[in-house]
Amino acid sequence: MISFFIGFWENVKIAVRALIQNKMRAVLTTLGIIIGVLTVVSVASIIEGLNKGFAKQIASLGSNTLYVQKFPWVSGDEWFKYRNRPNIEMKDAEYIHKHLKSAEAVAPSAGSRQNLKYAANSLLEVRTTGVTMESEKIEEYNIADGRYFNSIEIEKEKNNAVIGWEIMDKLFEGQNPIGKRMKVGDVSYTIIGVVEKRGSIMGESQDSFVYVPIGSLLKNFGVHRSIQILVKVRDAAQVESVKDDIRFLMRTSRGLKPHQEDDFSINQQEAIMEMYNKLTSGLYTAAIGIGALSLLVGGIGIMNIMLVSVAERKNEIGIRMALGAKRKVITVQFIIESVIICTIGGVIAILLSYVVSRVIAKVTPFPSAVPLWSVFMGLGFSTFIGLFFGIYPARKASKLDPIECLRYE
Amino acid sequence: MSNTLISLKDIVKTYQVGSVEVHALGGVNLQIHTNEYVSIMGPSGSGKSTLMNIIGCLDTPTSGVYELDQMPVHEMDDDQLAEIRNRKIGFVFQTFNLLPRANALHNVELPLIYSGVSAAKRKIMAEEALEKVGLSDRKHHRPNELSGGQRQRVAIARALVNNPSLILADEPTGNLDTKTGEEIMKILDNLHQMGNSIILVTHEKEVAEHANRIVHIRDGNIANDEVLRNN
Repeated sequence: MISFFIGFWENVKIAVRALIQNKMRAVLTTLGIIIGVLTVVSVASIIEGLNKGFAKQIASLGSNTLYVQKFPWVSGDEWFKYRNRPNIEMKDAEYIHKHLKSAEAVAPSAGSRQNLKYAANSLLEVRTTGVTMESEKIEEYNIADGRYFNSIEIEKEKNNAVIGWEIMDKLFEGQNPIGKRMKVGDVSYTIIGVVEKRGSIMGESQDSFVYVPIGSLLKNFGVHRSIQILVKVRDAAQVESVKDDIRFLMRTSRGLKPHQEDDFSINQQEAIMEMYNKLTSGLYTAAIGIGALSLLVGGIGIMNIMLVSVAERKNEIGIRMALGAKRKVITVQFIIESVIICTIGGVIAILLSYVVSRVIAKVTPFPSAVPLWSVFMGLGFSTFIGLFFGIYPARKASKLDPIECLRYE
Repeated sequence: MSNTLISLKDIVKTYQVGSVEVHALGGVNLQIHTNEYVSIMGPSGSGKSTLMNIIGCLDTPTSGVYELDQMPVHEMDDDQLAEIRNRKIGFVFQTFNLLPRANALHNVELPLIYSGVSAAKRKIMAEEALEKVGLSDRKHHRPNELSGGQRQRVAIARALVNNPSLILADEPTGNLDTKTGEEIMKILDNLHQMGNSIILVTHEKEVAEHANRIVHIRDGNIANDEVLRNN
């Protein structure tokens, strides 16, 4: 046993020496392994990055919030069918607000994009959202300066606005906007509050928005727009029962007969999460497919090179055998050599994948990180490839006839 | 009185070449004692190399009994043969057979690696062996940085390093000029003087005559076994 370990360490030294003598060949040999491991680890790091960004964005929707909308978030086909649905209107929202007792908050909201103007500055196509008092309970606006709307402003459909950090920054160039008037589209609005800075998610600023009372939005920018109704549920366990209540109330509000299908959708974060998971698992499958294929090609490359190496080093093998190397010692020597080549390939690939991950983080809006499990998986795979594809050449070496090998020059 | 080192009884070696059986050795009987200095001579195709391979435990006889140090080599498997070669036999080849990319010291250490000697001890033993052949100052040189004679001396140091029972030299001067060849023979003579058992395989009469006994092989059999002088 002791001699086995001595032999093992000696074999590592022998292998390293042999590799140093053939650096170029060793590196070229590992190319397949490098590509394979790099593919898998890079894709894992991209998805990991996506997870971070996307999950954050989805989480910002709130897991306990239901969205009553004209269109479903996740739909396979038949977009036209949904398009023909009647719009969701304020009367639906009011009906739900009045009768839904099981929810914490019910807030209709409507969106539009408007150009903003203040003095000589203007911003194009800024997200302009119509809100109510209860919107604040759902999305939690942290007001940095000024205040949120009061119920009178909402009811009277006042032309007041609460703006995002970026609007203050760009339109008002950092001066205090409270009490100032800006143009939203063609309508003049008074700024009453600024929401705290939120940063950006996946490259999209979360601070470029204008909130106005929903009545004001609909009045000024389009009465025919379909709105959405946000319903906040007290806790996750109630989601299903609240959904049933909403469905009942919506059907009543819209006068649907029992045989008629719903002409609205109740959306929820989970549906997106599901779709997203499906997408990333597809990506993973593809990456693992490509990775496996290049590892296979790389493995065959390793086997090829090891066979060449065995043929080239017949004399060495003969000498070692004559001097007392047992067949299994020769086998182990060549397997260790191929494992070391592959492991080096794996290490190179992982270093490269860190570079790739950095580049992705730099040039795309996605955050990117190399997950630790993918590092271990990459190393494990490359080592395994070395072992697996090293066995055949190594056994071939060990079965050589020492007499013939000694004659070989 | 010396012990029997090598005992060959009715050694037959047959090769199958296609459908033809070639009888390389046809029942060789040979006894060699410890501390003997024996030459094996014969023209090519005589079976001399086959005999050397069997004595060197690189090959096994088709039939017959071979005992080395009272151990039944003819019954051994590959692993046991490797161990015997490692512990009992020191090879010196015509083409030196050194690892080209390893320095002299590492080449000499090789047999010790396979007998599991620790690295520190190996270095000491290899240095001693190199000193015996007068190459202490060349231990970090690679074979291609050494002359033919120096290479063969490294090979001899390697053959000595494990204190083998037998040094088996196959045409040790075959790739060397006359003068260098004589130097190498002097080293072998010396090793014999110091108590080593040596078998010399050669086809050169002058080289063979360094030994005390010459065994002539012809057509797979011992044709003549002459004792030149007593040990």
